[in-house]
Amino acid sequence: MHQIIRCTTFFIALLLTAFAAHAMAVKEIKTPGGITAWVVEDHTIPLIAMEFSFAGGAALDPPGKEGATHFITGMMDEGAADLDGPTFQAKRDELAVKLSFDAGLDNFEGSLQTLSRNRDAAFELLRKALTAPRFEELAFRRVQNQFLVSAANNAQDPEKIASRRWMEQAFGQHPYARGSEGNEATIAKLVPDDLRAMHKRLFVKQGLTISVVGDIDSATLGALLDKTFGALPEKAEGGPVSEASVAMGPQLTHIARDIPQSIIVFGSAGIKRNDPEFIPAFVAMHILGGGGLGSRLTEEVREKRGLTYGVGIGLVPLDHAGLLMGSLGTRNEKAGEAMGVIREVLTRMAQEGPTQEELDTAKTFLTGSYALRFDSNAKIAGQLLGVQQDNLGIDYFTRRNGLIEAVTLDQVKAAAKRLLAADALIVSVVGKPEGLKSTGTGG
Amino acid sequence: MLATRIVVAALLLLAFFLPARALDIDVTNFKLENGMEVVVIPDRRAPVVTHMVWYRVGSADEVSGKSGLAHFLEHLLFKGTKKHPPGEFNRIIDVNGGEDNAFTSRDYTAYFQRIASDRLELVMELEADRMQNLVLTDENVIPELDVVREERRERTENDPSSLLQEQVEAAMYTAHPYGRPVIGWMSEVAQLTKEDALAFYRAHYTPANAILIVAGDVDADQVKRLAGKHYGALKNSFEPMPRKRTPEPAPIAARRVEMKDPRVSSVSIQRSYLAPTSSTAEGLEAEALDVLAQIVGGGSQSRLYKRLVVENSLAAYTGAWYGGDGLDYGTFGVYAAPVPGADVAKVEAEIDTVLAEVVAKGVTQDELDRARTKLLADSVYALDSQSSLARMFGAALTTGSTVADVLGWERDVEALKPEDLAAAARKVIDSRRSVTGILRPETQTSN
Repeated sequence: MHQIIRCTTFFIALLLTAFAAHAMAVKEIKTPGGITAWVVEDHTIPLIAMEFSFAGGAALDPPGKEGATHFITGMMDEGAADLDGPTFQAKRDELAVKLSFDAGLDNFEGSLQTLSRNRDAAFELLRKALTAPRFEELAFRRVQNQFLVSAANNAQDPEKIASRRWMEQAFGQHPYARGSEGNEATIAKLVPDDLRAMHKRLFVKQGLTISVVGDIDSATLGALLDKTFGALPEKAEGGPVSEASVAMGPQLTHIARDIPQSIIVFGSAGIKRNDPEFIPAFVAMHILGGGGLGSRLTEEVREKRGLTYGVGIGLVPLDHAGLLMGSLGTRNEKAGEAMGVIREVLTRMAQEGPTQEELDTAKTFLTGSYALRFDSNAKIAGQLLGVQQDNLGIDYFTRRNGLIEAVTLDQVKAAAKRLLAADALIVSVVGKPEGLKSTGTGG
Repeated sequence: MLATRIVVAALLLLAFFLPARALDIDVTNFKLENGMEVVVIPDRRAPVVTHMVWYRVGSADEVSGKSGLAHFLEHLLFKGTKKHPPGEFNRIIDVNGGEDNAFTSRDYTAYFQRIASDRLELVMELEADRMQNLVLTDENVIPELDVVREERRERTENDPSSLLQEQVEAAMYTAHPYGRPVIGWMSEVAQLTKEDALAFYRAHYTPANAILIVAGDVDADQVKRLAGKHYGALKNSFEPMPRKRTPEPAPIAARRVEMKDPRVSSVSIQRSYLAPTSSTAEGLEAEALDVLAQIVGGGSQSRLYKRLVVENSLAAYTGAWYGGDGLDYGTFGVYAAPVPGADVAKVEAEIDTVLAEVVAKGVTQDELDRARTKLLADSVYALDSQSSLARMFGAALTTGSTVADVLGWERDVEALKPEDLAAAARKVIDSRRSVTGILRPETQTSN
């Protein structure tokens, strides 16, 4: 399945993924300017989708400047280089380019989608936004108002409150505890120079990851990538975020809100993506509380007892810590009962693990549904970016289903046992819950 | 999780209405002998297929006092048949690496699977089976009613903006059933029974009232053969009746709904106007309203944004929408989130000024051209997703439009002139047709 093709200016590793009759060819290109990208060329529709990310995200916001990195996402179309904000936006709309940006704890991510016919102009617009954002005072104030309004709304949103409080409990003094968007107090104090400092810190070639899918050939793309990203500095000053340790449970925090349904977030330390047991753990958590109606948690909490509309649990692998997080919403008077059921389900899974039949079903689902993640240019670009960020290798797309197939019942049992400690959960609850206590199987 | 999606014209669901319906695709449309309509949309890029069955029934087809029944039945369709006992449907989909779900709106109920294309026949067999052979027991139905009530708590009662939205829609419709929420009023949902669900099922689920949409790695001949085998074998248990809902009396009064809630941190303002839909509009009205919404409130080049956000610094966000995907009525609307400390009355007055200008003077050729460029590009972007394409056709065919209407959207948008937009604005932006909704914080006295 491996073939190496040498071109004059590009080094291309060509891989064919094993998707039934169809082949998705993922190539790695290295541009003349030294930028690496993963590419899938497909000329069926006249569109190009690019996803990219800079390593380091909101966790790098200096203390007191929480929200600075996230603020940049709102300023990327507010003027760059020779274009003021309105001119930039008019140009973007005229070209019908879709540009969007997102700041996570670990990465600053961007995406560009363009019609093939506007390709060069679209990349040029992105070049300006990335390399020469203006961060002008007036636009800054406008965007600041927008983030202040959303921060105020988020401060009242039960799900956001619960997960934020959970992160605070889990991470204590580590930057992960602060979330990625800042709060009203920190956003109000930011000034344009804070954004300039974060821009300098984040927007560099070291740690830049790129994936491109659609109607473009490698040579043309290589030249465009050099133009677009080439002028960024090689690297920035400052080290990475420190490793985080996750607090031990049991811990229970209750945030009182006058709502009919309690929102509960529960979890503990998990494992990182590079953990050798990640795949068995992933399979175990799918059986316990992954998507679909068949999970144990959904069966016990929703189907049998009608205690919730949705309950689930999953691994959250961050760069510097691994988490296991679950959540549900349940009417206040049933909060204790629902958590009791969840604890029982977790305990049984830790002690006995899944059955062979559950494992077999999980494998056929997870391997069979993998192709569903690759049915549009935009989704493929997202998958290519994620696999690069996780350093899984360009052959991961062909290896992945084999890794799932190879998981044994003993491995899944061991992973469940390692991860699940029902009596040591960190729990945060928003609402007026009844019957909750922090430990014990009785809820 | 069975995340049933409720489609409502809520403030935060505006993206749903952004039209992207002009398509350069090879669509095949035919009917089976029993009257079931079929649409095939090939997309051979990945070995994946989206299989959907849409029923021409939604919450607006419920009888008064049974609100939420269409949606409750949608949940119960996952409870098994004689041939496939409870849990087996989902297990089969799981084992075959598929995903499945369903959603209900005011005018339609739809069930779908996304799965490897060589499993198409399998999902057809399952979906055809539950069209007529549903078996419900108290053991299944009673916990599911609790699940639906939790869904209402989660989506609506825990969220003041959803509660306000319900009130705005209730105020908009005096007689027509669009005034009740898709998920139902809690007091009525609590009373729904297995017998209600079965009666509704028998009255609305039959091949002649259903539409099959298959998008993805298939060809029309293959779908024709398989659909004929599985759906074509079903006999109609009744003849679907025309869907005649109580019409709205002529709107004569501007209405206003204000809600205060201690869970609200910042004010929001919205204004909805009763509007025609794609299927009830005269001439190019619906297309004109699509483009008008873009000019008035689409993004940072729009009139509302320029005036309220950039020039006057009164609002943090502004927007506009046209919801034209209804069988009977649609809405055209605008909204704004005032900046902290802004005079709310002044924000509303500025919205009125912007709308009055559009009514008085229409739009410029340049504005029309720019908005049109954006919407036509969106229709190219829509080609990238087989499941969005499938949804687009399903929504159109269950709300009185045809495949030809969908395919002709681009041509119609190209034909628009500024006068068309001005005429649509004069007709729709009329205070008598409006409901204004305002959500305000309430200072908490205790917690």
